[in-house]
Amino acid sequence: MTNWREKLRAALVIARRDFVAVIWSKTFIFFLIGPLFPVLVGGLAGNIGDKVQQSADRPSIGLAMGSGDVDRLLRARDDLDGRLAGPMPEIVVLKRLEPGEAFNPRAALSSSDRQVTAVLSGTLAAPTLSGPPERLRQWVGLVSNLAANAQADKALAYPQVAMDEVAGTAAKVRSGQAATAQGGQVVLFLLTMLLAGMVLSNLVEEKGNKIIEVLAAAIPMDAMFMGKLFAMLGVSLVGIAVWGAAGGTLVLLGGQGMPALATPAVGWPLFLVLGFLYFAMAYLLLGSLFLSVGGMASTVREVQTLSMPVSMFQLMVFFFSSYALTAAGTWVEWLSWVFPVSSPYAMLARAAQHQEVWPHILALGWQALWVVLIVRAGAQLFRRSVMKSGPSQGKGVWSRLLRRGVAKPY
Amino acid sequence: MKIDLGEWPVSGNDIEAASVELAIEARGLVKRFDGFTAVDGVDIAVPKGSIYGILGPNGAGKTTTLRMLLGIIDPDAGYRRVLGCERPTEVARRIGYLPEERGLYPAMKAYEAIAFLAALRGVPLKEGRRLGREMLEEHGLGYAADRQIRQMSKGMAQQVQLLGTLVHQPDLVVFDEPFSGLDALNQGKLERMIRALAARGTTVIFSTHVIAHAERLCDQVAIIAGGKVPFAGSVDVARDRLRPQVRLETRVIDGPWRAALPVDARHEGAFWYFTLPESGIEPLLRALIEGNAGILSLSIERAGLHDAFVAIAGEAAAKALEEGKGDVQ
Repeated sequence: MTNWREKLRAALVIARRDFVAVIWSKTFIFFLIGPLFPVLVGGLAGNIGDKVQQSADRPSIGLAMGSGDVDRLLRARDDLDGRLAGPMPEIVVLKRLEPGEAFNPRAALSSSDRQVTAVLSGTLAAPTLSGPPERLRQWVGLVSNLAANAQADKALAYPQVAMDEVAGTAAKVRSGQAATAQGGQVVLFLLTMLLAGMVLSNLVEEKGNKIIEVLAAAIPMDAMFMGKLFAMLGVSLVGIAVWGAAGGTLVLLGGQGMPALATPAVGWPLFLVLGFLYFAMAYLLLGSLFLSVGGMASTVREVQTLSMPVSMFQLMVFFFSSYALTAAGTWVEWLSWVFPVSSPYAMLARAAQHQEVWPHILALGWQALWVVLIVRAGAQLFRRSVMKSGPSQGKGVWSRLLRRGVAKPY
Repeated sequence: MKIDLGEWPVSGNDIEAASVELAIEARGLVKRFDGFTAVDGVDIAVPKGSIYGILGPNGAGKTTTLRMLLGIIDPDAGYRRVLGCERPTEVARRIGYLPEERGLYPAMKAYEAIAFLAALRGVPLKEGRRLGREMLEEHGLGYAADRQIRQMSKGMAQQVQLLGTLVHQPDLVVFDEPFSGLDALNQGKLERMIRALAARGTTVIFSTHVIAHAERLCDQVAIIAGGKVPFAGSVDVARDRLRPQVRLETRVIDGPWRAALPVDARHEGAFWYFTLPESGIEPLLRALIEGNAGILSLSIERAGLHDAFVAIAGEAAAKALEEGKGDVQ
């Protein structure tokens, strides 16, 4: 067997070639600025949407009661404003009713003169709130509170509440770390989703320009696969570094802090290191699978056809890992740690929630082992099905997949 | 015409028996693709430092044989030993390979392409770059060293790949149809290069469907047809297996001398053609003179490799060979 040092050397030759070829290609700049487009479009769309929302649906309650009730209600509203959770809706006086004067709330709601979300009519003792069901459910308690406050003979005295801040309860820490775990998984998923698919088409160039024959004669096929993975991982890390730097700069320029996430159980420095390592492993695991699958494709069209199932597969892995997060202590969680492609996601979530370090060393070793196994199997499959090597008996995909090791027919 | 071939086939075993050091030894190589047997029990023995040709028409199994010898594909059955190793990929650093379908990365510069091919075979990148520039300069392509492969003509790109095949000074060079796609000038250049390689002790094995190249260059050939090798040995042995052909021109059309001609003699125009009898030329000459043939001319021609090929591989293979050679020199 060709020794590992020789394989690594050959892999680095391929990795260097591929890395340089991608980095110096004109299209790499589009790769780098690609993720900015959705951010820009999302920002613009969000901004416009907010403005439309603000102008179209400003929550307000129209008031149509006797003049005294109206004044008392407005005073009660001012009293309560700031003492309740959430914003208080605007109260708009529609009409101060004369004694015995009737008012039709439905007509007021359908009128385009004064656009209010709901109408409060009747008396303070028997108020009637008219409006869409979701608003009624939202405001019925508030209106009841307002009416009770307005009916009081004198202004209610609200005592000053002394505040004793406790930094974090056990429950809060747990839920915060769960949020950090989920956040970590999402970031890991987005990055691998964005980047690992690129590996699919990696062998098309070699097959297209016939250099595959020279490579196959010069170096072991698994070294070539590994080299290609290393190259694309390097390209991805360059992309992440650029996006991270650009994002950080934008946040600093915008004067906004990072969203407050609970400190992971292993601490931020180790969590970030593990995040990097698990990204590399997730990338190598998915990449080795995609490279093997993509290697079977002989044209760009075939690769494009494979892209969708591959994205679906990534989504399924992510959903499984996310689900495992909610099933702590069950066999599902164990399976997500052990199943090679979900393991990086699940273990990163574990790093956010549990402080033991040794399981990560074990998991990284386990994942690395699977990278090697998948690369070897992929290279073997490539040799047999594309290079037409090895015994020809057994034409089925499974029989080919299951035939292990280099053919030794002699 | 029936030609006496003596004992067939002559195999590489004869060479081994003569205890020649071998660069390549293969026995009973078999390769099937989806039920089709592309190579069927090929035996090859390539002496170190020799120029060895695999001669056969398109589809005969030449490329598949070379790919098995290089370890690109594994045989379904058989044994191979290349530079003393049963796994050819383990001695890949000592081998240079130019495949039939040439290919380089189009965006690479010429000297970088050579350096890359060198790096694949274990030459440090810096050294490969230096060698790349040096070789390009040596072969009159120095001006194109910084040109991308995509900006080069097909012929120039082929030359760059050829240099990349040799940059690491391999002990064994394998060329698959090296002359195809080259003009006459470059074919001559390549022939000289192959001779120079052999002169410095490098073993060269190449496949071709052009007999002239094999005849001019090779110390040994394997004739391959239908996946089998009916002959493997020296070019001289192949030719010597055919009896020399006699061309006779006489003043007298008929007479008692006609009895001296072998039964396979045929008359075309003014000449008689026949295989030199086993008894040699002297008894024949005596009989012709005594029979008053009135000899105007008589020539004895040694059989060419083409005749040997026809005799060994058959008319059909020879015809296929003729049809396949678009660029015969």
